[in-house]
Amino acid sequence: MARSMPARAPASHPASRHTDAATGHAVSDVRFEILDKALTRARYASDHLVEILHVAQQAFGYLSPDVLAYLARELRLPASTVFGVATFYHLFSFDPPGEHLCTVCTGTACFVKGADGIVAALQDAYGLSAGQTLADGRLTLRIARCLGSCGMAPVTVIDGAVSGHQTAASVVYAVQVALASEKVG
Amino acid sequence: MSPQPIDLDEIASVEQQKRGRYPRRVMVCSSTACLSSGGGAVRAALERTVDVDGLGHDVEVVPTGCMRLCSRGPLVRMAPRSVTPTLYQRVTPDVATAVVREFSGSHVAGQPNVDAHALDPDLPFFARQRPLVLANAGRINPDRLEDYVAEGGYRALVTVVHTMTPEQVVEQISASGLRGRGGAGYPTGKKWALLAAAVGEHKYVVANGDEGDPGAYMDRTVMEDDPHRVLEGVIIAAYATGADRAFLYVRAEYPRAVERLEQAIRIARRHRLLGRHILGTDFALDVNVRIGAGAFVCGEETALMASIQGRRGLPQLRPPYPTEHGLWGAPTVINNVETFANIPGIVVGGAERFAAVGTPGSTGTKVFALAGSLVNTGLIEVPMGTTLREIVEDIGGGIAGGRAFKAAQTGGPSGGCIPAAVLDTPMDYDSLRTLGSIMGSGGLIVMDDSVSMPEVAKYFMEFCRDESCGKCVPCRAGTVQMHDLLDRICRRQGTAHDLMLLENLARTVRDTSLCGLGQTAPNPLFSTLEHFRQEYLDLLLDGTGTQTAELVDVSAAAEGGARDA
Repeated sequence: MARSMPARAPASHPASRHTDAATGHAVSDVRFEILDKALTRARYASDHLVEILHVAQQAFGYLSPDVLAYLARELRLPASTVFGVATFYHLFSFDPPGEHLCTVCTGTACFVKGADGIVAALQDAYGLSAGQTLADGRLTLRIARCLGSCGMAPVTVIDGAVSGHQTAASVVYAVQVALASEKVG
Repeated sequence: MSPQPIDLDEIASVEQQKRGRYPRRVMVCSSTACLSSGGGAVRAALERTVDVDGLGHDVEVVPTGCMRLCSRGPLVRMAPRSVTPTLYQRVTPDVATAVVREFSGSHVAGQPNVDAHALDPDLPFFARQRPLVLANAGRINPDRLEDYVAEGGYRALVTVVHTMTPEQVVEQISASGLRGRGGAGYPTGKKWALLAAAVGEHKYVVANGDEGDPGAYMDRTVMEDDPHRVLEGVIIAAYATGADRAFLYVRAEYPRAVERLEQAIRIARRHRLLGRHILGTDFALDVNVRIGAGAFVCGEETALMASIQGRRGLPQLRPPYPTEHGLWGAPTVINNVETFANIPGIVVGGAERFAAVGTPGSTGTKVFALAGSLVNTGLIEVPMGTTLREIVEDIGGGIAGGRAFKAAQTGGPSGGCIPAAVLDTPMDYDSLRTLGSIMGSGGLIVMDDSVSMPEVAKYFMEFCRDESCGKCVPCRAGTVQMHDLLDRICRRQGTAHDLMLLENLARTVRDTSLCGLGQTAPNPLFSTLEHFRQEYLDLLLDGTGTQTAELVDVSAAAEGGARDA
């Protein structure tokens, strides 16, 4: 899903959401259709904002200013409210994610079992801090507060696959494998 | 005319007949921990073997929820009808195939020895537990209403709706002594009585499934593995309190719990267990799932309500309490999902039977997520009042790797660290509070002697700093300053004055913060200072090179002074 994400915003101006910024021609964007469906289901009620932000993030991979402005208009909310709510919650992201995603759990059990060592090893190997993406967009490193798999600590998630009982070396290796697999595919 | 209500007996007997057709029922744990250690391949191997060997009429493969001993996954339970089920640990696809063939009698030369993977049924990990809330977890397919009904599900709702008045239900819950499982331990019956007495055009029931404590996954398991139990508890709560709308607020980090609950709601609606004429009566309830978005503070009830209404999750001053002024200004009751999961059992078994488990002040059981440096980690459910020693040594199997026990952390960022000297403390609301910790929602992380307590305090302070919503100054600024001071101390650059400042600041933040997040943020610091003060002092001395005695005196004097105040 994230792989097909263009790095630029879907449209240059909120008002032209179904219009291609370069050509001015109307384009149909399936992601906005998904958003419109969610808005309809919520009957455009502003108390569904958090849910709709989830839908938007899932469809677009992240929340761009244009998408947020579009939601503000459709829900008849001040843009400040929509931006305020979106930026309050940790799960919403405002930058396009990398092609591969590595999440390291830093919950208490994982902390006790050495999650910092895993984060430090990834930092050493790729020069990424939590939340950062490689300049070439290949990899994003994220920190999770707790994935709720504490019996398996320390836990990581690489491209959706949860792995328990990890070490710094095993995670760096798994990331290498993930990055390499994409080249082949 | 009211529609035809669901016939539970019919569903249960059809399900029992169906089960009777299969001499063997092999259950495979499909929750996150087992899946992450290869549970998916195990399930595939079971299904393939059944298919290849033509055992489709004899063996039923059932994907279930958590079988609790997560550290030894993937787990598989084989249940022949007449013999005690056998639980197999660390199952690989080859072992899974062998397990099926062992029971079907079709031995193949060279297959792995399944007995080596069979768990001792008397293992203290299981023998010491008392699963009530988790009774169905790991035994039923959570996707199917029939599985829940076959285990006696929704009987409590039928009893309540057809034979009890709302007042009687509230009385029964009060008599059971059930206290809120979210951690604070407020009596559930009392809370329900407040909502029942409140007047409003609408009333709301909210299930708090925003399990934000790092190191806790009890609620996730209950929601994922037995969603109908939570739902039944919520419906009964609505009946008892006169509520007509309910929300299940679930962390976005638990997509499977969201899916399962949404599906349970759809199924319940179809069977008229929800909606306008519940079980053919005039009792009506509308239930919806709302998803959080990663904000720890949303576990606080006023912040949770703001989030349900699509706003920033900022807490508000109480009173007014939600039972007077809750969602959209209407009376609202908020309970933890584990609290709701206890309700059907209390209705069916009676208040007295429930109160007989646990201690007089803390009745029933508590689910803990047991993690950290133990031999056995996973999910446990024990009677309230079980001692920490029983949990650590018997159920947890002691400390792994030949190290020594140092502390047990309960209550997450709002709780504290319990040292070895008080291992015999019973785990109940009041005993834990006197130790400077709290029951919390049920995270229980055991630390060995390699863990530095000031680092633990710093870890939790960093968590609270990041999760502070910023509404009130003591929490917003105080958690930043406390974290910086702790960081300085951990880097051996702190002085005795820093420690004194830290303690004073911690008291201020505790006493002046707006909501529970700030008020309890210093708890890990207080409890580690109380029980492991020397570790802090040792860190001070190295960095500054000042006289040992002098520094100890200064911080002791500061502590003494504050105590007098």
